[in-house]
Amino acid sequence: MRKTLSFGFLASLVALVVCVLAGTGPALAQEAAGFGPAPVLTAADYPTVAGVNGRLVIWIVAQLHLWFAAFVLAVPIFVFIIEAIGMRTRDKRYDDMAYEFIKVSITAYSITAILGGLLLFSLILFYPHLFGYLSTIFSKSMFYYALLFFGESAVLYLYYYGWHWLQGDLRKWIHLSLGLLLNAIGTTLMLLANAWLTFMMSPAGVDPAGVFNGNEWEAIHNFLWNPINIHRFVANIAYGGSIVGAYAAFKFLTARTSQEKAHYDWMGYNANFIAICALLPLPFAGYYLAAEIYAYSQQMGITLMGGIFAWLFIIQAVLIGALFLSANYYLWCGMGRSDGARRYYWAIKYIAIVLIGAFLVWFTPHTLVLTNSELKSLGGPHHSILGPLGIMPAKNTAVNLMIIFTFLSFLIYRRSNKVATVSWEGMGNTLQVALFTAGILNILFLGIYHGYFTNTVYKVAASIPQVLTTFVVIVVSLVLDSFIYRGARDVGPLHWGRIPDRAQYALFLLAVAFTWLMGLMGYIRSGIRQHWHVVDIMRDNSPNAFTPTLGYAANVVSVAAVIFLTLVIFVFWIAKVSSVKTLPAGYWKE
Amino acid sequence: MRLPRLLQAALVLVGVYLGFIVVFDYMLEAVIPGSLLTMYMFFVTVGVFMVFTYDEERTRELVAPIKAMVENPIYRGARNTVFIVIPLLVGYGVYSRTLPSFEAPVELRTIHPAPPSTAKIYGERVNLLTLENPFRHYQTDDPEIFAEYVQEGAAVYIENCQYCHGDKLDGKGPYAEGLNPTPLNFQDIGTIAQLQESYLYWRIATGGPGLPKEAAPWISSMPVWQEFLTEEEIWKVILFLYDYTGHAPRSWGEAHDAGGH
Ligand code: HEC
Repeated sequence: MRKTLSFGFLASLVALVVCVLAGTGPALAQEAAGFGPAPVLTAADYPTVAGVNGRLVIWIVAQLHLWFAAFVLAVPIFVFIIEAIGMRTRDKRYDDMAYEFIKVSITAYSITAILGGLLLFSLILFYPHLFGYLSTIFSKSMFYYALLFFGESAVLYLYYYGWHWLQGDLRKWIHLSLGLLLNAIGTTLMLLANAWLTFMMSPAGVDPAGVFNGNEWEAIHNFLWNPINIHRFVANIAYGGSIVGAYAAFKFLTARTSQEKAHYDWMGYNANFIAICALLPLPFAGYYLAAEIYAYSQQMGITLMGGIFAWLFIIQAVLIGALFLSANYYLWCGMGRSDGARRYYWAIKYIAIVLIGAFLVWFTPHTLVLTNSELKSLGGPHHSILGPLGIMPAKNTAVNLMIIFTFLSFLIYRRSNKVATVSWEGMGNTLQVALFTAGILNILFLGIYHGYFTNTVYKVAASIPQVLTTFVVIVVSLVLDSFIYRGARDVGPLHWGRIPDRAQYALFLLAVAFTWLMGLMGYIRSGIRQHWHVVDIMRDNSPNAFTPTLGYAANVVSVAAVIFLTLVIFVFWIAKVSSVKTLPAGYWKE
Repeated sequence: MRLPRLLQAALVLVGVYLGFIVVFDYMLEAVIPGSLLTMYMFFVTVGVFMVFTYDEERTRELVAPIKAMVENPIYRGARNTVFIVIPLLVGYGVYSRTLPSFEAPVELRTIHPAPPSTAKIYGERVNLLTLENPFRHYQTDDPEIFAEYVQEGAAVYIENCQYCHGDKLDGKGPYAEGLNPTPLNFQDIGTIAQLQESYLYWRIATGGPGLPKEAAPWISSMPVWQEFLTEEEIWKVILFLYDYTGHAPRSWGEAHDAGGH
């Protein structure tokens, strides 16, 4: 662990030095002369280094950096929460779990830093003018970013290595505050980096020629900054949950004793819980982001959802569906931990039917792939039944139903080990059924009526009451259940560890699907700029400034995902190795 | 007697498959595309697998016949048949997929390519991001004048467009059958109802040849109307398209007015 520590510091040191040299240097020079317009480049302005394809390098390195960063930023968020829960309940298992999570992320942290340094070097090497331009505008935030990185490392190491030292009343509070500080710094780092990339999509604080007005805050607070911030924040938590879930699954499958199995089963359950909690609001954050992109520029919006990238959205839809399915499957498998689960098994079939049905609608493409004979028989590319399923109102309705039914899986999971003792249980259950029925009918009504019988303003607007309905159903139902099960009796102890291995593969699938999804969507987000470095302001004139075919893009993302997952397995393995001791008999002199 | 679970699973799958075919191809008379059916069936299979295996006991029951067939010597005959038939089926599948055919390759066609942010229309560069229909405001300001403009738009449409797009605006004009891609159906919720008026203006004025490069292959027969109609006629025909179909052009609520450049 000592090694990785110094690596992390080294990388951030390098990042700082490079930033100061390459970033703020020209910026200061610029400031004296006033800001110039965005450089107009020719193909000769893009150096070739060692014959490699610069775009590909940036693409893969940035993606790897982002994956690790997302993980490393997310873990402290829920470690903080779990530690707090442990402090409240005084249940040491939570504290141990939180520690184990942070232990996994510590190696990942140094890899993040190294990849960040690599990304910076690659940008300077392959796109010096773009980097120069951005760094004149973001000179201050880049400088503070590098400084904050030091802070982040220091606090993280204190938080991790001080875990066992800072135990007990006051010390525990100090430790928890360190966790809060860590999160504050981490989130600030993300917000700054988000500002740079959203500036490239929706530039602000510059005139049409790219001349900067000197107000850095305006450039940071550009049109798409907050939509991206929200989306990334929520997605990071879901992603972090899925990766530690995969860690727990890995440990579960390799566990030797039943205690170990029980421990990692419990950990996997918690990780999956975190992932689902963050997954449920995620489609809305995504929808909000897409709507804002559309609002900012119809051109980008159509490229995104209706144009060449639309096909990647089908893959995206399929992967999101896979996330929902594997999360549900994991919950169903987990019901076997309780002896009382059998009472609810009948419901699973129906949940599955709705989930799959909604999922099919969710990924039905707007433009169908048709063979010529199908084209002839339909009389054109338009399909009277499937066509309407391809547009947003249908998707929104489907995803709301998927969310409500995933929640239902969770509800029966919670109930499976409990027997209510209140006298009005029957009435309470009737209320629950009525609540769900009303909610589902409302979502269907909003989707069908507003989606197909009014104009687009309402179409967009209808998605909001739909979300609210889902939200109300979830909250009211949770409250109701907590009353129904007040003073409830347990069926028996929960058998942690009694779960089929298949469920662990569902956790792996969750992590892999998430990784791939982020890669593909990240490519789309960046790709809709098309031939612009900074949209409408700085043109990308490098030979690589074309939109690659979908197959090529998907391959690049897949290769990157494989590299990432290999590194993750390495991280898991290292976490395991660090606790293994070999006794070399007769090696050391006595 | 309860059916063995493996048979149950198989019956569900076959039932759903036939259900899709019967409902789409026969009852609704709109074939379900093979590519989509494959995707649908894949996930239905996943769903069936999930429901049949979330619990150890059920899983054991599900795979019991398979285990028995592989392990129990009594079923040797069945086992050998299965082990021969399945690879043969897979082989046949691969063969028929790779066999060259006379069918033209499937094309992915994007119905709505992204418009450029500016376009040259009537010799002038117009900004499509901010362009608005100059007659739209009459809808609220002076409904009578508006109705007149819609009428004029209807005349333009009948004279120029209905041959392809149909007198009911449903994409079924007399020429439509002969064209590929077919003229779009404006009644459909997936076409003009999703678009801003500036988008239509661009598409009508520049037609098939004005389609952006990145959205190839483009073989659209849509004429370049700026060579035959005036700017006002195009805006009026757009009024008519929305008026007749009852759709409203895409627009953004108040909250979004802050957007754009
Ligand atoms: C020769 C046949 C033909 C004629 C005449 C014709 N169109 Fe088209 N039009 C097409 C075809 C084919 C398409 C679909 C392919 C494409 O998008 O280019 C199309 C597409 C369109 C679209 C794009 C709709 C969308 O959802 O993207 C609009 C708008 C349109 N036509 C309007 C008109 C108007 C208005 C007229 C009369 C002034 C007209 N068309 C005349 C063939 C025709």
